[in-house]
Amino acid sequence: MRLASSPADIAIQTAKTRQSLQRRPQADLPGTLFKWLLISFTGFAIAFLGVLVVVMVNDGWSVLSGRLSGFLSNGFSQRSAQDAGVWQGIVGSVQIGIATALFAIPVGIATAIYLVEYATGGWFARAVELNVRNLAGVPSIVYGLLGLTVFVKTLDGFTQGKTVIAGGLTLAAMVLPIIVITSVEALKAVPQGIREAAYGVGATKWEVLSRQILPAAVSTILTGTVLSLARALGEAAPLILVGAATGFISFGDSNFLETFTGPFTALPVLIFNFARQPGEDWSANAAAASVVILILVLMINGAALYFRNRFEKKW
Amino acid sequence: MNMTTISAEELQTASGRRLRSSLARWMFLLASAVTILISGLIIWTIASEAWTFASQVAADQLQTIGWFPRRGMFDIGTLILNSAQIAIVSMIVAVPSGLGAAIYLSEYAHPRVRRIMKPTLELLASVPSVVLGVFAISFITPVVLSKFFDEINFFNKLAAGIGVGLLVIPLIASISEDALRAVPRDLREASAGLGARKATTAIRVVIPAALSGLMAAIIVGFSRAIGETMVVTIASGGGDTSLFETSIKESGGTVTSAMAALGLGTDQVAGNDLAFQSLYFLGALLFIITLVMNMLGNLIVRRMQERY
Repeated sequence: MRLASSPADIAIQTAKTRQSLQRRPQADLPGTLFKWLLISFTGFAIAFLGVLVVVMVNDGWSVLSGRLSGFLSNGFSQRSAQDAGVWQGIVGSVQIGIATALFAIPVGIATAIYLVEYATGGWFARAVELNVRNLAGVPSIVYGLLGLTVFVKTLDGFTQGKTVIAGGLTLAAMVLPIIVITSVEALKAVPQGIREAAYGVGATKWEVLSRQILPAAVSTILTGTVLSLARALGEAAPLILVGAATGFISFGDSNFLETFTGPFTALPVLIFNFARQPGEDWSANAAAASVVILILVLMINGAALYFRNRFEKKW
Repeated sequence: MNMTTISAEELQTASGRRLRSSLARWMFLLASAVTILISGLIIWTIASEAWTFASQVAADQLQTIGWFPRRGMFDIGTLILNSAQIAIVSMIVAVPSGLGAAIYLSEYAHPRVRRIMKPTLELLASVPSVVLGVFAISFITPVVLSKFFDEINFFNKLAAGIGVGLLVIPLIASISEDALRAVPRDLREASAGLGARKATTAIRVVIPAALSGLMAAIIVGFSRAIGETMVVTIASGGGDTSLFETSIKESGGTVTSAMAALGLGTDQVAGNDLAFQSLYFLGALLFIITLVMNMLGNLIVRRMQERY
């Protein structure tokens, strides 16, 4: 390379070098394409949700606009699609939800507390942790087998057979690992300093837990719990195995508490039944019932988001 | 001056408080044992009935092609073929969309966009599977698939696979996004410092660094697809019987939908005695397959967490 000798030469050389180092402001075509590919994949997932809602409302419109109050208040009708309704499914789902929450929430949160606050890395804690993670991946229908054998048959004396209690226990076993996992994360997010400060002023372990850590973690725990219950609300497969009624149930004149130990059904099981019947009217019922369950799921998710935003603490 | 003396006893925590604290400890320990009990019960339940089936079924009952449990024809291969086909179709739908959404959210999306997109994806995750089943027979097959195929069965494995895939998207997206976000910022900054474009950084640096986590997401998603029941039961394998059929344009029951069908008839299991036990045998099969895949996925995720 020729040595630059005059100031003019140096100036020209510098300008050339600068130009070669500077990236020309060209459009980054592959990069932009990649970005838009990603956006379209994301958009596909989001758009699907929109299409799903539109299709369900459209298909169920004859029912939703024509006989909404009857649809919401009637039971399942084997005889005619025009009389069929979702009332028993809603009642059943609420009852099963209550039973599930009663069984799963205390045990789930207590397990999480043990894992985070008490366990010191011993074999038992490790076994529980591994076990919870594996249980979370077990398909829901397998929990149905557990329910059928253990809760319906073996524990017949407690559950009275194919009842809301048996269904609730089955779904509780199913959501338990999810509640444990989300609660463990919530508890781990509470800063160590809070524990140390509480111990420092002489609190016992239980006092530290009940007055400091749990209040600090409760909103996150609630969010996770509510979301897991939303999942239980949408489950049909385990309930089918546990023996959810697939036709009309006569409650007779039994009161609300007595129906916990009678035959039961649930909203997703009803949708499954509507979908199995041939004919336009039944598929309109299935779509309309899907709209009902989507609204319920949306409400529950909204509640969870509200908890999260309203009470979430930033440390 | 009057000095107060404090005895050692007074400094001790009151016995009531101590008692409460140790009671609480035992309560929590007991609760965490419940999860172990549940696992034990699942394994015991499935294993005992599945063993009854395995020890009593004749070899030719397993080999006659087709799944007709009430007639004593337990060709599990038919069900496994259908399960595999539907799971593969679902992966073709879910992997690009799930991974794409994860990469977009972790590498490109503005925090404000992310704050809206993430809850929306979570919402997608909570759509009940029966609703997707209804969607498959009221939209995917009659509106979409019938445009592409002249002859397609109203109940078909393709629609079921697409439905399952849509269900699995948020799961894959959420696990992959965690994996991508676990990649340290330093790597991205170093890559940008060398003059790499954003897309180059994502493709050549971030994705390879998170590769094992992305694999785990796909494995867990596949396992979920295998275990999905209601979409398949509604959209492909409604009946309790299943012919051997290799075309995905035809109907067919999977391991899970065959279980649901058997479950619907538990009161009136007529015909072959082993039909009821076959329910548990399928359960055992499903349990083992999904357990192995989930353990593998968890192991990979844990390795990755240790690395960064």
